[in-house]
Amino acid sequence: MSDTEKHVILTIPMHPDMELAAAKTASVLAELMDFGEGEVEEIQLAIIETCINAFEHSQSDDQEVHIDFLLKDDELQFKVTDRGVGISPDTLDGRRLLGSPGIHTDLRKRGRGLQIIKTLMDEVDIESSPNGTTVSVIKRKRRTEET
Amino acid sequence: MNKFDIQIREDGDHAVIETAGYLNDSLGEQLSEKARELIKNGYTQLVINLEKTTLINSIGISILIEIIEALHEREGALNFCGLSDTQERTFRMMALAKYAGIFPDEESAIANL
Repeated sequence: MSDTEKHVILTIPMHPDMELAAAKTASVLAELMDFGEGEVEEIQLAIIETCINAFEHSQSDDQEVHIDFLLKDDELQFKVTDRGVGISPDTLDGRRLLGSPGIHTDLRKRGRGLQIIKTLMDEVDIESSPNGTTVSVIKRKRRTEET
Repeated sequence: MNKFDIQIREDGDHAVIETAGYLNDSLGEQLSEKARELIKNGYTQLVINLEKTTLINSIGISILIEIIEALHEREGALNFCGLSDTQERTFRMMALAKYAGIFPDEESAIANL
């Protein structure tokens, strides 16, 4: 790790609203890195969705989510890891299908956390095995004139 | 961040629901219940003011979609107002903007019902 890189490690229990602890930590780190206000909100939302996916799908015995933030000059990385049974991206993509079949199927099929993460972040990578899942996310700073 | 609240303002043929806090499954279910109650009482023109809503997760968005569907079944309408840029971007990505209006403030959201 270079002098300009810093790690922050956080473990949260899989308990309702604990994703807010991750979001708050991410918010503080992003603000320290001088991310713009909108970017901070995007990072918060992305880590919330990543944590909720782990809460809902991991089935881990320890019921914990481990988050490793890596602060670089121009980007914030975070890896969200659970020690659960593993999950396919397809499952992540369809985690909440709403209501009975009806008029707005295009609305219903879009209720997806991973879609939000991919849209708001610059890079998203999922590694999953029967021993657990790690979702790695990178958010790069926008150039000043874009913020 | 997570202090949530729901305020209802009924006015003539429309009603405004204002939420505050983190719109997740918990607040979303309360919001859904209030909306269903309003619809049952004949209000099919609704505005949801999200100005004080700090964060909205995908489950909260899914519940908003359910409210949109309930209103469309009754030929009603829903407009949102007070969204942050990120929230608006997320709503547009999730196709909510195809079925509900997005306006900067409550006044314009009501005027465009």
